[in-house]
Amino acid sequence: MAQPLLLKNGRLIDPVNNIDSPGHLLIEEGRIKGVYLGDLASIPEEKCQVIDAKGKWIVPGLVDMHVHLREPGQEYKETVASGTKAAAAGGFTAVACMPNTSPANDNETVTSFILAKAKEAGFAKVYPVASISHHSDGTCLAEFGELKKAGAVALSDDGRPVENSQLMRRALEYSAHYDLLLISHSEEMALSGNGVMNEGALATRLGLRGIPSIAEEIMIYRDLALAEYVKRPIHIAHISTRESVDLIRRAKGKGCPVTAETAPHYFTLTEEAVGDYNTAAKMNPPLRSKDDRLAIQEGLQDGTIDVIATDHAPHARQEKEVEFDLAANGIIGLETSVPLALALVRDEIITATRMIELMSVNPCRILGVEGGSLSPGASADITLIDPHRVFTYEEKAVVSKSKNSPFLNWSLQGKAVTTILAGRITYSDLDPA
Amino acid sequence: MEVAHKFSHKHILGLEQFSPDDIDFLLRSAASFKEISTRQIKKVPALRGRTVINLFFEPSTRTRLSFEVAAKRMSADTFNVSASTSSLKKGETLIDTARNLAAMNPDIIIIRHAHSGAPGLLAQHTNASIINAGDGTHEHPSQGLLDMMTVLEKKGRLAGLKIAIIGDIAHSRVAHSNIIGFSKMGAFVSVSGPATLLPMGIEQLGATICASVDEAVTGADVIMALRIQTERQKDPLIPSLREYATFFGINKRLLALAKPDAIIMHPGPMNRGVELDSDLADGAHSVILEQVTNGVAIRMALLYAIMGGGEG
Repeated sequence: MAQPLLLKNGRLIDPVNNIDSPGHLLIEEGRIKGVYLGDLASIPEEKCQVIDAKGKWIVPGLVDMHVHLREPGQEYKETVASGTKAAAAGGFTAVACMPNTSPANDNETVTSFILAKAKEAGFAKVYPVASISHHSDGTCLAEFGELKKAGAVALSDDGRPVENSQLMRRALEYSAHYDLLLISHSEEMALSGNGVMNEGALATRLGLRGIPSIAEEIMIYRDLALAEYVKRPIHIAHISTRESVDLIRRAKGKGCPVTAETAPHYFTLTEEAVGDYNTAAKMNPPLRSKDDRLAIQEGLQDGTIDVIATDHAPHARQEKEVEFDLAANGIIGLETSVPLALALVRDEIITATRMIELMSVNPCRILGVEGGSLSPGASADITLIDPHRVFTYEEKAVVSKSKNSPFLNWSLQGKAVTTILAGRITYSDLDPA
Repeated sequence: MEVAHKFSHKHILGLEQFSPDDIDFLLRSAASFKEISTRQIKKVPALRGRTVINLFFEPSTRTRLSFEVAAKRMSADTFNVSASTSSLKKGETLIDTARNLAAMNPDIIIIRHAHSGAPGLLAQHTNASIINAGDGTHEHPSQGLLDMMTVLEKKGRLAGLKIAIIGDIAHSRVAHSNIIGFSKMGAFVSVSGPATLLPMGIEQLGATICASVDEAVTGADVIMALRIQTERQKDPLIPSLREYATFFGINKRLLALAKPDAIIMHPGPMNRGVELDSDLADGAHSVILEQVTNGVAIRMALLYAIMGGGEG
């Protein structure tokens, strides 16, 4: 029998149980035994492995519902093992991985393969998101029933939109039988064309083709209209513009069953980060204007945006050290999500509780998976966050197999210092005692 | 002649990097180099022993030859690499190509590339001086300078002039460099064309957008017609060349709105009868071939300046 694990003298933040107070958390047999807000009298401390959580937050394990693990097919960028190890290092106990692997995750063989790799690695729970369309090519539906049976938790053709509105409608309808959520990469391709950064004065100055904000907004509007029409939930991935936030706010106001996520780079950076053709700042959707960034922060604050997800998109050096037009889209994000979200807390844009809702409670609820609380009896998926730790995010310390981050060499404040999955420590970076 | 000026640029990536003093220095320097091309023996030893590589990833006749002629008249050793014969066709990355060229210790690499920012990328990965000979839709600094030189010769000044640039502003690196350069020198740049060819935020480079071509050319000292890039027909930007020629082509009626002594410019290659009436291209107002002549002088000045000839 494993020794009980005691997290002592921390700040317990558990939005589901309405807790934000000093206390302790006891883990036994991989499950949460209980939280203790008072003294430790009832806990046999001498029998426990004790972690001093003084000055640290004890929160439900963080969940990143939008990552790319690249396996199968692009193991040179990332593997299930390396990606989940990076997740643990970033404080995540679970990730949902997108299906644009090679081959695409459009059948039970790939889904089962990913789950087997995840189990073998043991760093984090992995929730496969399977393709909406066969080969993710937007022409006909993938076999949702088979995918669900194999372990898929949601459906998306992420990386590209479902351009055909009829196919999207049918997917929304047909997925109901299997209770599978659709996650939409909303982009009107005819408008984004071969653009490589946000459309505007900066793109003009750099001579780079622009991606207009309306490319995102028009498709979000379509997706919301479809979801409302067929009365099915939809989750909008990686929103980046003010109008996208407004559209979702209005849809929620009308009772449309929509949820939405944004990524840390959209509330942290603007298109200015592209600077002098910096390919580390190239992603899709692109970094937008200052006003868009402000709107994203407002959406996180007022509840319009439900989730912070990283869109962790590993790419090898040779895919980024090229002409801007030719560089791959996307950045890694698992190891910087916590400090970037904590910056919003420090700036009083969101509360600590809200941050945990955005990064644990809501992704679990939206995906319909366990987790997101410190309730006794729940799987002991726990993250210990030190909100004060200052560190420089250096390339040599990056756990992910790829290093494509615009935040390299940034001085960041706050990080996950211990990650616990079902009672087992998957990552530890505590201060030396 | 006094051309002393501290020219401190290692690379020439765009006119955006230059101060008005830099531009003024280069224009005066080019004016003095121009005379060399009129001699019987068209050669000076200024760059003897220097190695210049022309690395052209896009087809070019005028610009490439102009740089080569300029380098040879300065006694540099010049070598040409073109896309069709380079390793890039074999999948080599630009950085690897650059590193391999750099291993041969060239002093200057002149690059023409289809992607904006490629010269800057090259500059980060080699020790050679990089000259941008046109990158994507970003800049074409030597063209901007030779256009300014031509206008300066004809008008005696740049400040206060009205420059009308008409046509495909969105896809024209020539337009970008000209807008930046002329406005830095105190000229007033107005642009016009179909709205589909006017990019968002072009005002921030220094241009004023005119709703009509008439408005743009009225009272202009210079009318510059830009090439309509027929290879861009996949994107629905204009319905036809015929309609473009009718409503946006520079013709005698538009010329009559400009100043009586207005000059007509075109960066070439020209679609005769589309962006510019054929008679006007060959007429008394046209300075198109003088632009080409000045191109050699400007490129001599650029090569000389980045090799330290600007130490005042």
